[in-house]
Amino acid sequence: MHGATASRKSLTEWLVSIPTVVWLLVFFVVPTLTIFAIAFRPVNLDGGIGTGWTLETWRGLANPNYPSIVWRTVRLSVATTFICLALAVPCGYFMARVRESWRQALLLLVVVPFWTNFLVRVFAWRELLHPEGWLKQGLVFLGLAAPEAQLLYNEYAVLLVLVYTHLPFAILPIYAAAEKFDFRLTEAARDLGAGALRAFWNVFIPGINRGLLTAFLVVFIPALGSYVIPDIMGGPSSKMIGNKIAQRTFSDRNWPHASGLSALLTLAVLGPMVVVLMLQGRRQPAANKEGPA
Amino acid sequence: MTEENSVEIVNVTKRFGSFTAVNNVSLSIRRGEFFSLLGPSGCGKTTLLRMIAGFEQPQEGQLLLNGEDITRLPPNERKVNTIFQSYALFPHMTLWDNIAYGLKIARRGKAEIKQEVEKMLALIQMEEQAYKKPDQISGGQKQRVAIARALINKPQVLLLDEPLAALDLKLRQRMLIELDNIHDEVGITFIYVTHDQGEAMSLSDRIAVMNGGRIEQIGTSGEIYEAPRSSFVAAFIGDTNFFEGVVAAELDKDYNRTRVEGLGDVVCFNDKNIQLNAPIHLSVRPEKLRISRDRPDPNPHFNVLSGVVEDIVYLGSHTRYWVRTGDYRISINQQHGRFLLDERAIKWKDQVFIWWHADDGFMLEQYSEHDELLMTLPDAPAKP
Repeated sequence: MHGATASRKSLTEWLVSIPTVVWLLVFFVVPTLTIFAIAFRPVNLDGGIGTGWTLETWRGLANPNYPSIVWRTVRLSVATTFICLALAVPCGYFMARVRESWRQALLLLVVVPFWTNFLVRVFAWRELLHPEGWLKQGLVFLGLAAPEAQLLYNEYAVLLVLVYTHLPFAILPIYAAAEKFDFRLTEAARDLGAGALRAFWNVFIPGINRGLLTAFLVVFIPALGSYVIPDIMGGPSSKMIGNKIAQRTFSDRNWPHASGLSALLTLAVLGPMVVVLMLQGRRQPAANKEGPA
Repeated sequence: MTEENSVEIVNVTKRFGSFTAVNNVSLSIRRGEFFSLLGPSGCGKTTLLRMIAGFEQPQEGQLLLNGEDITRLPPNERKVNTIFQSYALFPHMTLWDNIAYGLKIARRGKAEIKQEVEKMLALIQMEEQAYKKPDQISGGQKQRVAIARALINKPQVLLLDEPLAALDLKLRQRMLIELDNIHDEVGITFIYVTHDQGEAMSLSDRIAVMNGGRIEQIGTSGEIYEAPRSSFVAAFIGDTNFFEGVVAAELDKDYNRTRVEGLGDVVCFNDKNIQLNAPIHLSVRPEKLRISRDRPDPNPHFNVLSGVVEDIVYLGSHTRYWVRTGDYRISINQQHGRFLLDERAIKWKDQVFIWWHADDGFMLEQYSEHDELLMTLPDAPAKP
């Protein structure tokens, strides 16, 4: 009896998930596998894909210039993620603590930047940091920057704009988790002798771990694949993997090579995701258990 | 003066915006006492408790713990611990870690923590469940873990914020006894917030009845039930019949006659020295009233009324009657005589006599329950 209902339920679940599965197959699995496949094709001199199979691309990926680019990509992505989380946690905490009427306004402020096109916002930063830009001039005026200092076209400019663009994506899931957090738990910790910071660290941070994991994924993964930001804000010495892929695709017209880099990036992204999903999965059974065991 | 007082609250006022949650409250709680703050929701009892715990700061007044001013001390520096209404156990920690938390914060030695936690687990009889998470145990068990987590810090005062509200009736009754036993065992001051008069009366040494941010009365269970000082206390603690009247004549130094519109004249015990012609509320508890088909023997201190039975509810241990007399519908609780031998039980529509002794009626200064301002002006009773 119980088994019959269970199997009918799982059948329904399967039927309901068919559109999602088809969507993922057509627009995610097939293209990804195609890219993997192209990486094993030879280069066509016209800028297309040749026939037959070869490992030439993979030998080419052992390019001595790549390790530094990979290292820079990882470094910038980790730094972006870390800074975004460090800024988003206090933001989310604050937003969850203020009055209801304020929350809506603050939430709106977080989302407002999306009303302006992403490219426009990135170019706006270029204007600000430009040697003639008023931010640069202001810093020079305040004595915080040397007149000859180059604020643009370096790794710091890239990092700044990476943090700027990804911050809302970190704030939203952390706020969502903080909003559901039961603040009587931090009160209980204070009551038991913990200082405000200690209570925050011991009780609030573990309490919003789902939000933190989500924020980590939605910042770190897009940051790894960044292309536009290092292209516009960075100089020749601050290129990321995304820029290399673009260069191989558009300038060199070496599609197999670009596909190989893409495939590597995909694997690099899947790595942390699998780890996170496993961490979440391990937490799940305990959380789902109901009542006394 | 502070020697035997554990907690002293001196002229404390707390406002949230334009709302005054606690209005100039003063009270002293003795060391080792089981003290309850009792009142309807929104009466300020929880706010008062949160100020003692340190989660809220009063705008005016002072809080003393063992004679020491703690008004501005953060919660982590007060030697008080709280049992929260929802228990607030840390969901990501095992029960063991939950209980050990206070000692870990206090940087006690590993061996000492282990010993103390085990002692606490034994006290609450949950040694077996020590490594479960809070969402794997029942409400009553969470309650006990919350108690252990607080008591392990050896607080001078334990604050309990409606700790039984989330439990079902049977469990609540059992936890009531457990709380009482724990209080006897540890011997520290308990301050207990509840809206349930039954809980408050069965546990407390003394009770403060609160209403509208003020304390209406402080006393033992018996005092607030048998001798309520205001209409609010009489109405909130148990059931009562209210009569509105005017003092018509003084009979002697102890008794006066009160004219109740729509009922007639009744004799009242004048314990409050209420002046002639003053409007009053008279409160008579249902169990103080007697009911019978025959007129009782005359007695100058008995008030006898005749009426018609409108409703009867059999409640097992007693029966409740509603009797219409004049403009009033009076409720009477009567324990049963020898039920089967009673020649004629009282039935609906029966003509009956009801009576009570003058000493069992309480005269209270009259006020409208919505008119909280009057509570601050006892010298100026409302006009009828």
